[in-house]
Amino acid sequence: MKISMTVNGKAVSGEVEGRTLLSGFLREQLSLTGTHVGCDTAQCGACVVHVNGQAVKSCNMLAVEADGADVGTIEGQANADGSLNVIQQAFQDHHGLQCGFCTPGMVMSAAALLKDNPRPSEAEIRKYLEGNLCRCTGYHNIVKAIMAASGQDVGSIAAE
Amino acid sequence: MPKDSGIGASSKRREDVRFLTGAGNYTDDINVRGQAYVYFLRSDIAHGRINSVDTSTAEGMPGVVRVFTGKDFEGVGGMPCGWEVTDKHGAPMQEPPHPILAQGKVRHVGDPIVAVVADSLEQARDAAEAIDLDIEELPAVIDMKSAAQEGATLVHDDLKNNICYDWQLGEADDAKVNDVFANAAHVTTLDLVNNRLVANPMEPRVAVAEYSRGTDEYTLYTTSQNPHVIRLLMCAFVLGLPEHKVRVVAPDVGGGFGTKIFHYAEEAFCTFAAKACNRPVKWTASRSEAFMSDAQGRDHVSTIELALDADNNFIGLRTNTYANLGAYLSTFSSSVPTWLHGTLMAGNYKTPVIQVNVKAMFTNTVPVDAYRGAGRPEATFQLERVIDKAARELGVDPIALRRQNFVTQFPYDTPVALTYDTGDYNGTMDKLEAAADLAGFAARRAQSEAKGKLRGLGVNCYIEACGIAPSNIVGMLGARAGLYDAATVRVNATGSISVMVGAHSHGQGHETAFPQVVADMIGIDESMVEIVHGDTSKIPFGMGTYGSRSLAVCGSAMVKATEKVIDKAKKIAAHLLEASEADIELKDGQFSVAGTDKSVAWGDVTLTAYVPHNYPLEVEPGLEETAFYDPANFTFPAGAYACEVEVDPDTGQVTIEKFTAADDFGNIVNPMIVDGQVHGGIGQGIGQALLENCAYDENGQLLSASFMDYAMPRADDVPFYGVDHSSQTPCTHNPLGVKGCGEAGAIGSPPAVVNAVLDALNSGGRAVDHIDMPMSPSRVWTAMHG
Ligand code: FES
Ligand code: FES
Repeated sequence: MKISMTVNGKAVSGEVEGRTLLSGFLREQLSLTGTHVGCDTAQCGACVVHVNGQAVKSCNMLAVEADGADVGTIEGQANADGSLNVIQQAFQDHHGLQCGFCTPGMVMSAAALLKDNPRPSEAEIRKYLEGNLCRCTGYHNIVKAIMAASGQDVGSIAAE
Repeated sequence: MPKDSGIGASSKRREDVRFLTGAGNYTDDINVRGQAYVYFLRSDIAHGRINSVDTSTAEGMPGVVRVFTGKDFEGVGGMPCGWEVTDKHGAPMQEPPHPILAQGKVRHVGDPIVAVVADSLEQARDAAEAIDLDIEELPAVIDMKSAAQEGATLVHDDLKNNICYDWQLGEADDAKVNDVFANAAHVTTLDLVNNRLVANPMEPRVAVAEYSRGTDEYTLYTTSQNPHVIRLLMCAFVLGLPEHKVRVVAPDVGGGFGTKIFHYAEEAFCTFAAKACNRPVKWTASRSEAFMSDAQGRDHVSTIELALDADNNFIGLRTNTYANLGAYLSTFSSSVPTWLHGTLMAGNYKTPVIQVNVKAMFTNTVPVDAYRGAGRPEATFQLERVIDKAARELGVDPIALRRQNFVTQFPYDTPVALTYDTGDYNGTMDKLEAAADLAGFAARRAQSEAKGKLRGLGVNCYIEACGIAPSNIVGMLGARAGLYDAATVRVNATGSISVMVGAHSHGQGHETAFPQVVADMIGIDESMVEIVHGDTSKIPFGMGTYGSRSLAVCGSAMVKATEKVIDKAKKIAAHLLEASEADIELKDGQFSVAGTDKSVAWGDVTLTAYVPHNYPLEVEPGLEETAFYDPANFTFPAGAYACEVEVDPDTGQVTIEKFTAADDFGNIVNPMIVDGQVHGGIGQGIGQALLENCAYDENGQLLSASFMDYAMPRADDVPFYGVDHSSQTPCTHNPLGVKGCGEAGAIGSPPAVVNAVLDALNSGGRAVDHIDMPMSPSRVWTAMHG
């Protein structure tokens, strides 16, 4: 069946099967491969995108369910001039990524968190990231980056 | 003063920009025109005899290109093992075949039986459902000690038993060891399980292979930590292809942690099938598949005994370990419980007599191989746990007991085959005591107790052998590969540099850190230097990245190649400056004649190398040098870790309140990246200690086959970590004085967590001397109330 949606501000449409996942539609049909798939049980969060402003695991939503929606992916996060946005920049500044595989989902989740809670505490960030697994960083620098992105002073946090 | 560029600077990672904007290029992002998809039908039982496989219906299903079974691979080699271990009687290890697709028997849940190639993955999967398998279930061999019994069911019918090897290191004279123990003032004994883990890099494995009939060339894109090793193993031992016709590319790789070192059946399959089907073939593992096909880690069952004299000096150590290899020998599996484990049993201590015994077992489980630390975490865990138990039994301070027994003179020859070149274990412990504020622990404990919680402090040391190692030595020990690395420094006419390195970056930040070194040596901006890695067609050769070796081994090759470049550039500069080569100095990108103000810039010299009009006749044009570097010894990073936990006495719930690492990595190129490596290792170590367990039932069913039942550490399971790297004794035998940092966190942290929990329980009056990992609330609660 045919579906249409807005992805990163651009109108797109495509032909999908009923079983096609939103993650598959983004990756395979739209070639937006920044959205990653790290599991098949909706546990890892590598696939998080925004659907109508909400953080959603795109592996856990059918493409047809997103018909007509406004979808945002990691490819649409940078500033208009191509520079990194505040969250992306904080991840680079604070070494909040290593292999980069969880990173798109982390950035999309962080953006959703900061929209609702502009100054989250360490504990709130850790709680919010429950659905985002990272195997590389031990989370230290991810939490620190999100605190920094929300304007908090992270200078006193242990280590680099 | 922190530097802002070059060696020692926390340069921000240039690779981050593509990862943060969705512009990375991971293997699953690669699609080749006309590609077909393969679905592997895998065994759902642990052990069975294959009576028949009927694929006839599947072959006629929509979209099916071809269906492969074990028969298609009868003339093809099996998956090779890269390390031959010799058992204690001098016999080679038992080495059963490991076919690409099961032949005769299935030997673990997940063993691939049939591969269906179709136009789409859905069609391949649908067709696989129409395959008729007649498999007679056999009793599963799961428990290692029963597997070792005479008369046990055999995992491999052609082997004499399930013991791959019975290996020993250290003191071979049993009587002498017995004597040490008989004369000891105190002996502490501990039975330990090092729980089986799944590495679970967030990117599942993927392989895409294509074949060109026109040129008879293959290209394999694969999620690998070492593309050259994959090419060598696959070409020479599995498919019998000429290496120059095969290109292996490992593009951006989403984490490895060891499990992407190995050559896997799926990548050999795709390469084979690309020619057989005359179509590119792609395989993407689902996470469920990863749980039953990625080589798993750890899984040792050990008894360790420590003998002390009346003054609490360590006088003897003996360990007996059963190490699970799973159903087949994965690429480096045999080396892990032996040369990467037994050799580390001296730890940071001058114990004079050590005997290590290891029985490596075949069982009907997924193969086990190196996982972050690989053998060294298992050694550290045994040693640091038994020392802690000894301290408790003797009523002495565990840190003082360790300090008393530290090796303090270097170089130090251990009784288990290593020579430690440098270290300062007391100095590193001093750093830990300060960084972790151990003096303030009593007050923190009082605060926890006021809240009704028990608080414990666990401290331990670790040492690891990294940068493996001189090829002639590892060859004697059974390695079927050399363990050097290579780099080519290609200077372009305009002075920018591409460095082709054999190491592979899959999170380690080589693209940033390696250029810091080259730029520093020449005195140019880091942005002028770029790393090329992960493609056998672009790089001279490479052994890849594992064992915390990249900078120590490949980085050394890069330094050597850069030195050659500088030497040649100096000849050109001398010609341009009409001076003697011996008088030329290079600083800040300028060649100058010592004691004069005559100089010529880096870019002018490089341009001259490619436009050699005014040029020394005896020098070849161009500026490109390659070096292979084979280390003289391992490197020996070491450290001391402290963990503080709170235990809820009502529920047994453990929370990590504070974790501090003091490591000696020798010199450091990028402190930010090094800290990140340690954080990640600690996260995995805490996962092992509290959460992660790869469990099989007695029938060999994998109970933890998804992230729903395999508990990965999440952000709220861990605290911020404190890390201190100011203890630095540079490695004495590599040019950068670096030791490696990738595995330390995973090696050093599990015993700290366990020691801390036991300290908490004992502080609450419970005499508990051990809890197996993962220390789930129920295990802790049972230990407290049991
Ligand atoms: S891929 Fe969506 S949660 Fe893992
Ligand atoms: S950066 Fe590798 S999984 Fe998070």
